[in-house]
Amino acid sequence: MVSEELDIANKNLPAEQGPVQYVNELTTLNLGPTHPATHGIFQNVLQMDGEKIVSGEQTIGYIHRAFEKIAERRPFYQITTLTDRMNYCSSPINNMGWHMTVEKLLGVEVPKRAQYIRVIMMELARLADHLICNGILGVDTGAFTGFLYIYQEREHIYEIYEEVCGARLTTNMGRIGGMERDLSPTAIRKIKELLVRFPKVLNEFENLFNRNRIFMDRVVNVGGISAERALSYGFTGPNLRAAGVDYDVRVMNPYSSYEDFEFDIPVGQSGDTYDRFMVRNEEMKQSLRIIQQAINNLPEGSYFADAPQYYLPPKQEVYKNMEALIYHFKIVMGEIEAPVGEVYHAVEGGNGELGFYLISDGGRTPYRLHFRRPCFIYYQAYPEMCKGLTLSDAIVIMSSMNVIAGELDA
Amino acid sequence: MLTNEEVAQIILNQFGETVTDFDDPYDLLTCSTSRDQIVSLVKFLKEHPTLQIGFLTDITAIHYPDSAGKEFCVVYHLHSLTKNFRIRIKVYLTTDDLHIPTLIPLFASANWMERETFDLFGILFDGHPDLRRILNMEEMDYHPMRKEYPLEDATREDKIDALFGR
Repeated sequence: MVSEELDIANKNLPAEQGPVQYVNELTTLNLGPTHPATHGIFQNVLQMDGEKIVSGEQTIGYIHRAFEKIAERRPFYQITTLTDRMNYCSSPINNMGWHMTVEKLLGVEVPKRAQYIRVIMMELARLADHLICNGILGVDTGAFTGFLYIYQEREHIYEIYEEVCGARLTTNMGRIGGMERDLSPTAIRKIKELLVRFPKVLNEFENLFNRNRIFMDRVVNVGGISAERALSYGFTGPNLRAAGVDYDVRVMNPYSSYEDFEFDIPVGQSGDTYDRFMVRNEEMKQSLRIIQQAINNLPEGSYFADAPQYYLPPKQEVYKNMEALIYHFKIVMGEIEAPVGEVYHAVEGGNGELGFYLISDGGRTPYRLHFRRPCFIYYQAYPEMCKGLTLSDAIVIMSSMNVIAGELDA
Repeated sequence: MLTNEEVAQIILNQFGETVTDFDDPYDLLTCSTSRDQIVSLVKFLKEHPTLQIGFLTDITAIHYPDSAGKEFCVVYHLHSLTKNFRIRIKVYLTTDDLHIPTLIPLFASANWMERETFDLFGILFDGHPDLRRILNMEEMDYHPMRKEYPLEDATREDKIDALFGR
């Protein structure tokens, strides 16, 4: 009971009984580890004063799979499958980021066509990632419809993945030195269809949410963070841009020909849940612009680099050609000659700056590989963002931060 | 646009011989310092009017069991968002003395990065308010990313390192 209510209650009590004392008693509430509204396995032990959250303690690591340790025993090309399983909502971005890191170490120059195909796949992955995040945010505020509207489109994006690499969720897409195959006519047709259909669906989705009174009551001025605190907490990606900082790795340190494309960086103002939602919606539109430009100006040429010592030769060649057989054997056995050195390469992942810090001692495996996982770094701001709010707000903030358990725990 | 030489010169002018081993592998300025200087160096870079290297990208560590006296290396990646300049700072530690000051007063994000580094390597960040394991369970009595812990069972004989990697 709040103290004013106590005062009123005490007035009505008979005088001989004495006043009721206000006791500040906190309730401990376990949110998670398995809770339908946390969308992943993480535990939050919240201290509640009535309806309000006083403090929270996070426990993470429930799906820690020691990727950094496993990577120390694997040849470079086998680490791609580990990166899939970090941010599984946008696996192609992780795959391409890893390929680019190794290419940087090896000094392989990838042809323009492969770079453009990579850009298309990375932007499709960003669409899929933001769709899930915003759709789930709708579900958590009680609006299931929007999620179902856009889930259809995620399905179409996954069909494109399937056409390009054969897999849907954990894609293992691309190779060190390019793509594993060229974009098929079917893939190009599907991408073009998506470019026509997607804006309409996104428009419907935005009409459902953007000015919806019930939705806005739940998200405006909830979980805001200032630009200064966000930078101190290491925010990157849409969450930082919602706080008003226009930091985007694609623009600041362009990779894979991002400098060829024209797109805007949407920024918010207050860094609250509504801004994060709006920034993600706007980013989807910018991603569509990038895909449109890339598919219109797709350069002719090879889809893989001229680096036979690193890029797997075509299977027909392996049967006919001595050199191809040797390279095939060496690459599959992981016996490629990597230079000694250390590389840090960052890409703009679905959630922010996804960095790969790779140290090679010239051996067949990395000496040390560290993933800079954006989720892991910004999730520590969560208790501060929930402070003084209710439990229902805490749920909404978590889904708007887009915390992906696989990336959080690596 | 800042060049690596300019920044290296600014650091040298301020810190002299306490910052060493300047290098730029793949165009990323790298330098080493001692643990006594790390906080003041990062603070200097953060508050310098032209550098403004005020974003902590990453903290991690590396284990070199064979280099005596420099077994552990704590690596800091910093980034200037206004000047788009990245720098990597390394601090070498010995196995007997793994203490290093915390960066939490400068960056709130250092909290979990340091906890992760402690969890995986056992680096002790002095002044950290809550230095507990973060990814592994509390009961664990070793730091798994150290090189002395092989990924696979060391007693196995059916796997030969020369064929299947280290």
